[in-house]
Amino acid sequence: MPVMMRIRGFFSKLFGKRRSRVGIYGPPNAGKTTLANRIVRDVTGEAIGPVSEVPHETRRARRKEGVEINGGGSKLRIDIVDTPGVTTKIDYHEFLEYGMDQDEAVARAREATEGVAEAMHWLREDIDGVVYVLDSTQDPFMHVNIMMVGIIESRKLPVIIVANKIDLPDAAPQRIKSAFPQHPIVMVSGLEGNNMDDLYARITEVFR
Amino acid sequence: MIHGVQIDMLSSDRLGRMTSMEKIRLILDDVRQGYIVVLEKGLTPEEQGKLLETTMMEISPDGFSGIEIETYPSSKNSEGGLLSKLFGGKTQSGRLMVIGPVEQLKLLAREKDRLIAWASAAQ
Repeated sequence: MPVMMRIRGFFSKLFGKRRSRVGIYGPPNAGKTTLANRIVRDVTGEAIGPVSEVPHETRRARRKEGVEINGGGSKLRIDIVDTPGVTTKIDYHEFLEYGMDQDEAVARAREATEGVAEAMHWLREDIDGVVYVLDSTQDPFMHVNIMMVGIIESRKLPVIIVANKIDLPDAAPQRIKSAFPQHPIVMVSGLEGNNMDDLYARITEVFR
Repeated sequence: MIHGVQIDMLSSDRLGRMTSMEKIRLILDDVRQGYIVVLEKGLTPEEQGKLLETTMMEISPDGFSGIEIETYPSSKNSEGGLLSKLFGGKTQSGRLMVIGPVEQLKLLAREKDRLIAWASAAQ
C-alpha cells in the first residue's frame, strides 16, 4: 500500500474520515459508464447513467455515494464518480456521422469540452483514487493515456488499470499489461460482467 | 513561394525560463496559428493537465478542434525503480514532445524510441 494511503488511513481512523471518492477515468468510449453501471447495479440494482455508442455520452461527472464493495473477503464503502471521457480534441463533425443535425452536434461538442475540463478539475481537487478504464481493442499507448496515468502518478493517487471489453474477439488486454507494468491491471467485461470479482477484490485492497 | 507548415522548435533552455502558463500560452498561440511545436524537454504531468484544460476551453466549432500531442512512451527502465518511487515518477518527464493542431498533425506510428508523424499546412 502506498505511503500516502497509509498516512491517510491512520488519520481517517483517528478523526473519522469521509468515504474515498474513486473516479472512473479513461478515453471516450472505453466503457466507463457501462463499468460504473455494472458496479453500482451489482450493489444497489440501480444505474449511474445512460450509455451510447456515440462518443461523449457522459458529459457531466456523476457521483454515486456509499457504494459498498465486497471483494477478497473484505468490504469497503466508497463514492463512485463516473467522469466524461478525456481527450485532447473534440470535433463536432464527428457527431454528424451519427445522424445529429448541426446545432445538436455543436451543442454536444460544447458540453463535451466542458465535461473534459470538469473531469480534470475533479482529478485535481476531489478524487482519492482512480479506476482507469481502457478498451482492450485499442492502442493503450495513445498519448492521452500516457498523460493521464502520468498525472495520476504525479498526484500520488492509487490507481487500478482496467482492461475492459475482453469479451470482444479482437481484445488484446496483454498490450495494456505491457503498457503499464507498474500498476495493477484487471481484465474485465463491464458489459458481460466477466471477472468483476477480481476487480472488486482489487478495489477493496488498493483504495482501503 | 514555399507552401508548407511552420515548425517551432523550443529548446529546454528557453522552456526552463518560462512559467507553466507561459509555456501553455505559447504552445496554444502557435498551434492556433497552424504551427507544429516541438519541445526539446516535454511538459510535466501537471503542465499537460493544464494544457488539456486550457485547450478544452478554447475549442470552438468555427475552426479549432483541439490538439494532437505525442511523445515517446515511458521507458520501462525508469518505471517502478527506486528513483521513481522516491520522486513520485517525476524522473519520467522531460522527453521530447510534439504538439500541433489536430487538423494538421497525425501520428502514423509510435514505437518505444521512434515517432512517425505526418503534418500538413493549414487549409
